[in-house]
Amino acid sequence: MLRRTFIALAASAAAIAAAAPAFAQDVIRLGASAPKSGPLAGGAAVTHWPNIQLWMKEVNDAGGLKVGDKQMKLELVEYDDKTNGEEAIKNIQRLATVDKVDFIVTPYSTGLNIATAPIIARYGYPHITTSAATDGVAEFAKRWPNSFWMLGTSSQLAAGAVQALTKLKEKGEIGNKVALVNVADAFGLELVGAAKPALAAAGFEIVYESSYPLGTQDLAPVISGAKAAAPDAFVAFSYPGDTFALTEQAQVQGLNVGAFYTGVGTAFPAFAGRFKEAANGVLGIGGVNSEDEKIKAYLAKHQEVTGATPDFWASATTYAGLQVLGQAIEKAGTLDKAAVVDAIRTGTFQTIIGEISMPENVNRNVWTVGQWENGIFKAVAADGLPVAGDPVKKPAWQ
Amino acid sequence: MMGLTPQETKNLGIGAALIALAALLPLFDQGFYLSISVNIVLYAALCTAWALFSGPTHYVSLATAAFYGLGTYSVGLGIEVLPYPLLLLIAAAIGAVMAGLVGAATLRISGVYFVIFTFGLAELVRQLVTWTQTKVSTAMGLYVFTEMTESHIYWMLLALTGAVFLTSFLIARSRLGFAMTVIGNDETVARHVGIDTARSKIILFMISGAFIAMAGAITAPRYIYIEPPSAFNPMISFLVVIMALLGGTRRLWGPLVGVIPFTIVMDFISSNFPNHTMIVVGLAFLAIVYLIPHGVTGLLEKVQARWKQRSAPAAVAKEKPA
Repeated sequence: MLRRTFIALAASAAAIAAAAPAFAQDVIRLGASAPKSGPLAGGAAVTHWPNIQLWMKEVNDAGGLKVGDKQMKLELVEYDDKTNGEEAIKNIQRLATVDKVDFIVTPYSTGLNIATAPIIARYGYPHITTSAATDGVAEFAKRWPNSFWMLGTSSQLAAGAVQALTKLKEKGEIGNKVALVNVADAFGLELVGAAKPALAAAGFEIVYESSYPLGTQDLAPVISGAKAAAPDAFVAFSYPGDTFALTEQAQVQGLNVGAFYTGVGTAFPAFAGRFKEAANGVLGIGGVNSEDEKIKAYLAKHQEVTGATPDFWASATTYAGLQVLGQAIEKAGTLDKAAVVDAIRTGTFQTIIGEISMPENVNRNVWTVGQWENGIFKAVAADGLPVAGDPVKKPAWQ
Repeated sequence: MMGLTPQETKNLGIGAALIALAALLPLFDQGFYLSISVNIVLYAALCTAWALFSGPTHYVSLATAAFYGLGTYSVGLGIEVLPYPLLLLIAAAIGAVMAGLVGAATLRISGVYFVIFTFGLAELVRQLVTWTQTKVSTAMGLYVFTEMTESHIYWMLLALTGAVFLTSFLIARSRLGFAMTVIGNDETVARHVGIDTARSKIILFMISGAFIAMAGAITAPRYIYIEPPSAFNPMISFLVVIMALLGGTRRLWGPLVGVIPFTIVMDFISSNFPNHTMIVVGLAFLAIVYLIPHGVTGLLEKVQARWKQRSAPAAVAKEKPA
C-alpha cells in the first residue's frame, strides 16, 4: 500500500516537472539561484528573494518589458544553492543548458557571487552583483567583463565607518579610543584590514582588538574585554548572528560608548524589532537615504507586496540591480546577452538608489554607514550619494 | 600475472571498460550533465575511499570533511607558487599524515567515541585554519585561478576513483586486507592470533585519508574562491556516510551504486521543489529506508538470487532428453 502511494507520488512529481517548461517565446525567462537553506538562508530571505518577487510583479503588472516592438512578461525559474558554491555552480549550469533561461539574477553573498562568476561569464550572461562587497571588484570586473559590481568595496565600507567616527570626534562627542572587533572570515578580515590604517590616519587609538570565529555563540568575553579597555567607540565588523549577540551583550554588560557600530545584520528590520528603543543611535554597515521619496515609495511597496520590510542596505541595491537589468534589456531592444551586457556598460539607469552608471563595471556611489532612529536605519555616511543626516552620539543603553 | 582468478580478471576488465566509457562523457555534454557527473564521480571517489576504511573495520568516520578541506586548502595556499600536480601529491601527503596522527590517537577507542572524535576533528581543523589565516593574512578567502576546465576536473576525479578501486582491490588481496577481514569480524580474535590491529587500522585510515584529501585538491579549482565554511562543510561527511550506507559497504562497488541514484534523486528534488527541499528529502529518506533496508547492493543481490532461482528449474528442464 505504502509502496503504491510512494510510486503515485513520484509519478505525479515527475508529471509536474515535465509540464513546467511549456513556454512560448513571448516571455522572458529569468533564472535565479540563491540560498533557501544553509547558513545564509535567513539573509537571502530578507534581502534577496522578496526583491525578485517585488520587481517581477511590478514589471508584469505594467504589462512586461518592452523589447523591440514586443511587450514581454517575466517568468522565473528558481533553485536553492544550499549556501554551497558547488551547488550554485551546478544550478547556473542547469539554468543555462537545461532551462535555457534568457537572463540570470545575481546569486546572493560575496562568496557565492565569486564562486559562480566564471561560469556565468562562460555562458555570456550579464552578472549584476548586488550583495557582494569585496576589495576584489576592480580585478573581477576585468577578469569577467560581463560582471557588474554595485555594492562597493570593503575599503569603502571601512572608510565610511571611520568617517562617521571622525565626524563624532570633531563635534567633541567622543574621544579617540576605539575597541575594534571582527569575525574571522573573509568579510571581517577585509574590513578590519582596511579600517586599521584609516583609524590611525584619523588620529584614533585602538585600545582593544579581538577577533572571534564565525559561529561563536558566546561573545560575552569580547564585550567584557572591550569594556575593560574603556573605549569611546566600539566597532565590530560582524555577521548577522554575532551582530545581534554583541549588541545584546553590550546592553547586558552596560558597555556605554558614544559610538556603537556593528556589521551585517544591523540594517535588518529584525534588529529594531529585537532591541526596540535600545536600537536608537546604533551605527551599522549600509543604510539607505530614507529621506528620499523613491526609497520611501520602495519601502511601502515592498511591505505591501511581500508582507515584510526590506533591510536598509542591500535590499534596495538588489532591487536597483534588477531595474538596471530591465532597463538594459529595453535599451538593447533584444534578448541578445552580449547586446544587453554592452547596454549595461555604456548606459545610465534611473533606479531607486539614484542614477547608476558603471563605465568600468563598478558602481562607486554607495551608502556606507547607517544609524537607527525610531525604526528607520538612516544613511549617515556615503560615497557620492546624499545621506539622510549626520551621525549622532549614542545615548546610554536603556 | 599476480595469480588473478578468471573472475577477478573479468571484473578488472569490466571496471577499466566502464571508466573508459565514462571518460567519453565530456565529448557529448559540457553543461549540466557534465556538472552533475562531476558531483557523481566526486562522491564516488569520496565514498569508496571512506568505505576502504569504514567498510572492513565498521568504524564510522565523520572526518571526511577534515581531509577534504585540507586537500582543498593545499591547493588554495600553494597554487601561486607550486605546480598543480605537485600540490595534489602534497595534499595526499597531508591527508595521510593527518590520518596517521588521528589514527594513532583514536583507533584504540571504538564505537561511538570514534564517531564523535572524528566529527569534532573536522571542526577543530576548520577553526585552526581560520585562526592561522586570521593571524598571518588579511583575507580569509583564497582564490584558485587556473586554466582547468570542468572536463579536466571530471577526468582527474575519474582517474582518482579508478585508483581508489584498484587500491581497494589490491588491499583486499594482501595480508593487510586479510587482517582487516579478521578485525572486522572480531577484533579480540584478531589480537589473539597475533595481528597488530592498531597498526593495520592506522595504515588503512591513512590510505583513505590521502585519497579524500586528493579529491579535495582536485575539486579546488572548481570552487575558485575557497573559504573554511565551504571547504570544511560538515555536510560532506554526512552525505558520504549516507550514500555509502545506501549503496552498501560489503562490496567494493557498493558505495558507487548508492552515489549515482542518490545524487540524481537529490538533484531532481532540489530542482523541482526548491522551496520544500528538506521536507521532500526527509520523505525520500523514509521511503529508501522502508523500501531498501539493506542498501542498493542488498536489493541487487536479492534480485539476482530470485532470478537464479527462477532460471534454475528451466535449465534443468532443458537438460532432460526429449
